[in-house]
Amino acid sequence: MVASILPLTLTDATVRKGGKTIIGPMSETIGPSGFTIFMGPNGSGKTTLLRLMHGLEHPRGGSVTWQLPAAQARMKQAFVFQTPVMMRRTVVENIAYPLRVRGEAKNWAHAEAARWADIIGLGNALEQNAEVLSGGEKQKLAVARALIVQPEVLFLDEPTANLDGKATREIEGILLAAQADGVRILMATHHLGQARRLASDIIFLYQGQVHERAAAEEFFNTPRTPESKSFLSGDIVE
Amino acid sequence: MRDLWQGMIEAFWLIASFNADLYEIVLRSLQVTVTAVIIASAIALPLGAGLAVNRFRYRRATISLLNALMGLPPVVVGLFVYILLSRSGPFGVLGLLFTPTAMIIAQIIIITPLIASIAHQAIRDLWASYHDLLISMNTTKWQRMRTLIWDARRSLITASLAGFGRAIGEVGAIMIVGGNIDHLTRVLTTAIALETGKGDFSLALGLGFILIALAIAVNMAIHAISRTERASTW
Amino acid sequence: MRYFSPLMGLIFSLAFSTASLADDIKVAVTTSFHNSGLSDILLPEIKKDLGLDVHLLVVGTGQALKLGRAGDVDAILVHSRNAEDTFVAEGYGTHRREIMYNDFVIIGPGSDPAGISTAEKANEALAKIADAEAIFVSRGDDSGTHRKETALWQTAGQNPEGFDVSWYREAGAGMGATLNTAVGMDAYVISDRASWLKFKNKGHSKILFSGDPVLFNQYAYLPISKEKHAHTKDELALQLEEWLVSKKAQDIIGSYTIGGETLFTPNANASGGT
Repeated sequence: MVASILPLTLTDATVRKGGKTIIGPMSETIGPSGFTIFMGPNGSGKTTLLRLMHGLEHPRGGSVTWQLPAAQARMKQAFVFQTPVMMRRTVVENIAYPLRVRGEAKNWAHAEAARWADIIGLGNALEQNAEVLSGGEKQKLAVARALIVQPEVLFLDEPTANLDGKATREIEGILLAAQADGVRILMATHHLGQARRLASDIIFLYQGQVHERAAAEEFFNTPRTPESKSFLSGDIVE
Repeated sequence: MRDLWQGMIEAFWLIASFNADLYEIVLRSLQVTVTAVIIASAIALPLGAGLAVNRFRYRRATISLLNALMGLPPVVVGLFVYILLSRSGPFGVLGLLFTPTAMIIAQIIIITPLIASIAHQAIRDLWASYHDLLISMNTTKWQRMRTLIWDARRSLITASLAGFGRAIGEVGAIMIVGGNIDHLTRVLTTAIALETGKGDFSLALGLGFILIALAIAVNMAIHAISRTERASTW
Repeated sequence: MRYFSPLMGLIFSLAFSTASLADDIKVAVTTSFHNSGLSDILLPEIKKDLGLDVHLLVVGTGQALKLGRAGDVDAILVHSRNAEDTFVAEGYGTHRREIMYNDFVIIGPGSDPAGISTAEKANEALAKIADAEAIFVSRGDDSGTHRKETALWQTAGQNPEGFDVSWYREAGAGMGATLNTAVGMDAYVISDRASWLKFKNKGHSKILFSGDPVLFNQYAYLPISKEKHAHTKDELALQLEEWLVSKKAQDIIGSYTIGGETLFTPNANASGGT
C-alpha cells in the first residue's frame, strides 16, 4: 500500500512579500478526498496559497507539512498554472517530460504521452511545436502533462481564466474524470458558475485568511459571512 | 577605389587558380578557430548555464566579471599568453610558443567570456520562463541545466558563432603568440597584416574578401544544418 | 540535428591534423630584411641543401633581441651593431657573424618641400628637413633602422627627442607600416633600400637622397648561446650560419635584384668571426 501524502497541514503559515502579509497566519488541514475550490476577491491570496502548499513559496513563519517529507511529497503532486508554460519542444516531448525527469525510458514515456495526447484531442499533433498551439490546446497539454505522473494531488490556478467556452468544457471534463480516478483536486477560480459545476467543497479566502469553509451546497445556498454573501451576489468585495 | 576592385579580382584569382598557399592558410585559419570555438564552448556553455541556474554567494560578482572580460583587448591576451609560454616563462618547457596550439590557447581565452555571457543571458531568459514548471516537477540542478541547454540550443549556437566571428577575425594576439611564421602559423588575418605592411593592398584586400566570405559561409552552413531560420521553429 | 555526427567528424579532423617532422629552427629577423623578399629566395635553398625548415619570425629589432634573450628563438639576424655587441657581451649570443649589407635611403614626396635632393651629405639632408619642419615619419620602435635614424640626427647636431610632433611623427611600427604612414602623409622617411624597392604602395614618394657612406647598413647573424638557454638548437644554428656565409649563399645574396637593382652586398668573412 503506497503511503498517502494527505492530509496536508498548515500551522500558522505566513507568507510576506514586500513588507505585506499576503497569507496568514493560517492553520488549516486539507483532507484526502474531494474537489476543493478556492474562491475569493482578487488579492485575497488564492494563487499564493496554492503555491505555498505546493512548495513554490516558502512560509515566512509557521509550517506546511505533508505526510511524507517535502521532496517525496512533491513527486506525488502536480501544478497547472494560469498561463501554461510550453517547453521549446514538440507536443509529445512536452507531455512526456515529467516522466523523463523521473528516469523513465524514452520509448515508454513517449507512448504514455501519445495516449494522453489522444485523450486531450491532440493525438494528431504529436510532432508539432508546442509553442504554436492555441491557448486552449496549450492548457489541455498542461493538464495532461500534470496528470501523466498520476499525482495524488493536483493544483490548478485559474486554469480556464483565459480560455473560451469549448476549451473550458473540455478541461472541466478531464478534471472530473481525474477526480473520479481518485485525484485530489485543489483549484482556484473566480468563476462562480465553474465553482458550482465542479466543487465538492469551497474555501473562501479574504485578505489572506480562510474566511469561510464549507461543503459546496452549503456555501452557495447559505453563506455565513457578509463578505461571502457580497461575493456570491456579485458585488465587488475589497 | 581601384584597390577595392583589384582586391576582388585578386580574391577571385587566388581561389580559381587553387593557389596552394591560400588553401593552406584558409585551412589553418579554420583549424585554429574551430578548435578554439569547440573548446571554448565546452567551457562556456555549461558555465553560462550554471550561472543562470545556481544561486551562490558571489554570483552577481561573477556575472559582472564575465561581462567585463568580454572587453579584454586581444593583443593584451596575446602578450599575457606569450609571457606564460615563453622559454623564460612558467610553461616554456612545453615548447608551445609559435605553434598553432598557442594561437588556439589565446583565442580560447578571448572568446570564452563572450560565449559564456551570451549563453548566460539566453539561458537566464529561458530559466525565468521555465522556473516554476521545473521546480514543480522536482528536477535536480543537473536536470535543469541539461534541459535549459537543450531547449536553448539555437541561442547557444548563436553564442558559439559569435565566438567564431570574434576569433576568425582576430589578429593581435595570434600575431604575438604565433609569430606569423610562413607554413607554420600564418593564417588569413596575419597574412593580411603582412601584405598590408608590404604595401600590397590589393592582395591584402583580396585575402580580406576571402575571410569575409569564409565567415559568412560558416555561419550559413551552421544555420542550415541546425535549421535555425525556418519558420515556426525555435 | 541529423548532420551532427558528420559535422563533429569534420570538425575533429580539421582540429587534429599533425605537423611534419623535419629539422626546424626558429630565427627572428627584422622586417627590413624580410620585406626585401630575399628570404623567399634563401629559404627554399636552405631546405634543399640542409633539409632544414627555417621558421622566420619577422619582428622589429627590439623584439628580435627580446626573443633572443628569452630563448624563444635559436638565432637572430639584425642590423644594429651596438645592440648586437651588448647582446654578445651579456652572453645571450655566442658571437656575431656579418653576412651582408645594404644601404638606407631618404624617401620623400615628389615635390621635395625641404629640398634635400640637392644635399651632399646625409646630415645636411636631415638638417634641411628639421629646419623646414617638413613632416617626417620615424620608425619609433627602437629597431635597427630607428637607431640608425637617431644616430644620423645626432651627426646633424639634432636631438630627435626635442622634435615637435607637428612635424616629427613616431609610427612605432615595422618598416612596411611606417612606409604606409609616410606615403599617406606625404612625409619624409628613412628606409632601407630593399624594403622601399619591394614596397607596393609608393604613391607620389620617391628616393630623394642616397649614397652617403654613413648610410651603410650591416646585417649580422647571432646564434643564441646554449649556456643561457640549454634547449637552443645550437648545432642547427651553426649549420645555418655556415650556409649563409658559403659561396653559394653569398652569390645568391649578391645577385638578388628588384627592378634590375642589386639590394645587398654580401660581405661575410668565410673564415668566421666579426
